[in-house]
Parts: sequence; C-alpha cells; structure tokens
Amino acid sequence: MGSPSYWREKVYRYRLIAKYCENCNKKYYPPKLACPICGNKELKEVQLPRIGTLITYTWVTQPTKDFATQAPYVVGLIKLDDGTLIVSQLTDVEIEELKDGIRVEAVFRRMFEEGDSGLIYYGTKFRPCLFSK
Amino acid sequence: MKTFYTVSIIGYGAYVPLRRIKAIEIARIWGKSEKVLPLEEKSVAALDEDTATMAVEAAYNAILRAKIQPNEIGAVFVGTESKIYTVKPTATVVAEALGITPTTLASDYEFACKAGTEATQTCIGLVGSGMIKAALAIGSDIARGRPGDELEYTAGAGAAALILARSGIYEDVAEIEGTYSFVTDTPDFWRREGQIYPMHYYRFTGEPAYFYHSREAALRLMNELGLKPSDFKYAVFHQPNSKFPQEVAKSLGFTAEQIKPGLLVPLIGNSYAASSLLGLTATLDIAKPGDRILITSFGSGAGSDAMSIIVKDGIESKRDLAPKTMDYITRRRYVDYALYAKHRSKYNK
Ligand SMILES: [Zn+2]
Repeated sequence: MGSPSYWREKVYRYRLIAKYCENCNKKYYPPKLACPICGNKELKEVQLPRIGTLITYTWVTQPTKDFATQAPYVVGLIKLDDGTLIVSQLTDVEIEELKDGIRVEAVFRRMFEEGDSGLIYYGTKFRPCLFSK
Repeated sequence: MKTFYTVSIIGYGAYVPLRRIKAIEIARIWGKSEKVLPLEEKSVAALDEDTATMAVEAAYNAILRAKIQPNEIGAVFVGTESKIYTVKPTATVVAEALGITPTTLASDYEFACKAGTEATQTCIGLVGSGMIKAALAIGSDIARGRPGDELEYTAGAGAAALILARSGIYEDVAEIEGTYSFVTDTPDFWRREGQIYPMHYYRFTGEPAYFYHSREAALRLMNELGLKPSDFKYAVFHQPNSKFPQEVAKSLGFTAEQIKPGLLVPLIGNSYAASSLLGLTATLDIAKPGDRILITSFGSGAGSDAMSIIVKDGIESKRDLAPKTMDYITRRRYVDYALYAKHRSKYNK
C-alpha cells in the first residue's frame, strides 16, 4: 500500500475531501478520476462532513501485515451527514460501545508504517463522537 | 520582550488521548511502594497516535475557535521532543492535514518541555512584526520513560495549540502583555542520537534546573511589566510532577487557588512540550475577560519562557466552539500495564 499513489491521494485521505459530479449530484470517496455513472472527468473537490452515523461494522482479528499490530480493530460502513457512504477504520472504540446507529466523527490518525525505518502513512479514521452531535 | 504590533491569541485548542494508566498499576509491575507516587494517573496515546496526530486535533480545535481559514495561517511550528521522524518535519504533516499548506513556514522546535512556548514566542514575533497575518504554535508530545524508571510514572501524552494574530483584526481571546525567556546550559536531562529513552541527572533536576529557571523567568517578566503575583488571576507552571509546580508557585507568592485550574499533571502526567500550554488552555476555558494569566514553561537543558496575557471579550463567544481541555481529561479509559505496553510498543523496544 505504501506507494506514490498514497502520497498523491494524501489530501483526500488527510482531510476527508471527496470528488463531486455536478451532473449526477454524487460524491465519491475515495475520490475517482471520472464519474462512474456519466463519465464526467471534471469532478470538483468537496469537503465531506466530519460527522456521520455507523451503519454496520466488522471486527478484524486477522489483518494483513501492515495492520498486524493494530489487531483487533474495527472497520465500519459510515453514512456521513450529507448522505455519502464511506468505509473507514474506527479507533478509540471498545466492543461494548459498538452498535449500529452510533454517531461517529473523523479523526486524523496513523494508518500504517513501513516497518521501523520506512515512512509513516496517515489518514482519516472515525471514533464515537466525544459529545452528542 | 514586547512586539512592534500588539499580538493576541485568537484561538486555542487542547487534546489529551483517551487512555489512562494509574500510577499504582505501574508500581505493581516494579514492586514499588504506592506511598511515594508522583501523581495519580497519566495519559497514554494509542498505537495509531503520535505527535503529529495529537497536534492536528489540538490545532483543529484552535482553528475552530479562531474562526480562521487555514490558508490565512502563515506559520506552523510544532514544539516536541518526540518528533515523528528524526529527519523529516512533523510540522509539514500537521500543516497538510489542516489545509494550511503550501504557502506557510513550517518547522519543528526542540527544547525539551519548553519547545511549545518557544514555538509560541516565535509566532508572536512573526505576527508582531507584521511579517505574517496569523501563526499556529503547537506543543505536542508522547513522553518516554524507560520501563521501571521514575519517569515512567509521569511520562504522559497530549497536545495544545495557540493561534496568534495582531490584536484587533480577529476576535481576540487574550492579549500578550509581555514575554521573557531565560536559558542556561544545564545538564539535567538529555537523550543522545539513536537512544529511545532519555537520561537524567538527579542532582541537577530540581533547584538548579526547574526551580531556578522557572523562578527567574517569572520574576524578571513581572519586574519588567511592573507586576506582582496578586495582579494575576491565574498562573500556570510547567508540570513534571505534582510537587514542583506547587512549590515554585508558592515560592513566588502565588496561591493554590491561582494555579488550580491549570494544574493538570495529577490526572494526565507530564505531557512535556504540551504541559504548560495545556495548563493555559484549561485556564482559558474558565477565565473571564480582564483576567491576567501568567504562564511559565520549563525545558531541560535548560530554560523557561514566561508570558503575561490578559483575557479579552472574545473568550466568551469562542470557548464553546471546540471541546474543552477538561472534556478530554474527564473522558478516559483505564488500561493495565499489558495494554499500555502494547500501545506504546514497549514489548519490542
Ligand atoms: Zn456523473
């Protein structure tokens, strides 16, 4: 996963910025080069809301090598407050507080690192909202 | 020190990680007496947190309060002694994550626990000279203590951020009345290249380092401004343990009441470069317009920055725009030593 493409996409990953197709009124995250519905290549960058609702989730206990030390962790399907659906890792969450429908908010966290001497990769994860939102 | 233009804090933000370990849990592992512990509990950063991620959340809160567009910020300085890379700035990651890039100064400041106030001093100078419009100063640290060492009980984690701008342009939270910096070459604490944990010289730790520099910076600042302890509503000192800040405050003539809102070390440990700045953010959370606050940092090696600030009307409308320092501190989850070791990667270091 550690590749030049990650660095090209860092703004989207760091700041939760999506691509938006004006023809179809649809947002894509992760961003796409062209709209899969109408083929529009002039997609606009838009800021996604940083708060949403957890639709469903899964526990990952057998992760790939990059994420091995983080196990067990949670990956969730989240409906952001503008309706955009995104898949994201959750953080700072315990199994007892996990249920469908909880409110979650975006945070900037470490995603993985290339061993002890390689680069550190950052991105957006979600955690249960600090306060009711 | 004074600036050409008057400078104010227009936004501030805090961040303290969710997890805590109690000092008695650390004492259990090493068979130490529970009676002599330097604090109650300390904050523990998660595996996916580091100096950059904590800095981003604190700065994000500061931006919310400043009501500023990130691209109006012309400098991002991260004070830390736990840089994410030995070579490659933490500040560029932070600036990118916040949308401040590309037209900005960005760099990491290193001066043990006073790196955050050192970053603040530079920001004050840059906006006070009219060189840039607004500047972001951050103190962020995940402190390290060798397993079993006395520092393991106190080495905490946290971040605090201030946004500075010329007074009267944005809504001011607090005006900088004056600052003072006092440094000498003192061998109280150090870490050599390639070493994971720092070393310290006990005989230099207390009086010749912490007390001497904190006292001199605070006294000289008050002398320069013609102020005495009773002119301040609140005071914040660097917090390496529970005892030192209370002792230095008392020796200078400050009361327990004056330092109470900013005394966070019993609950989160020593967050190094964030320590005195978090004390300031917690104090701003409860301060009223007109209150004067003294903040005095201390960094090993050694030196202190002292600042006098006067709270402005903007505090009332801005403090609720982001989570407060105590909101982060009261939100907590306890971990045992095993989980603490996992989160801080102690098992392979
Ligand atoms: Zn389309």
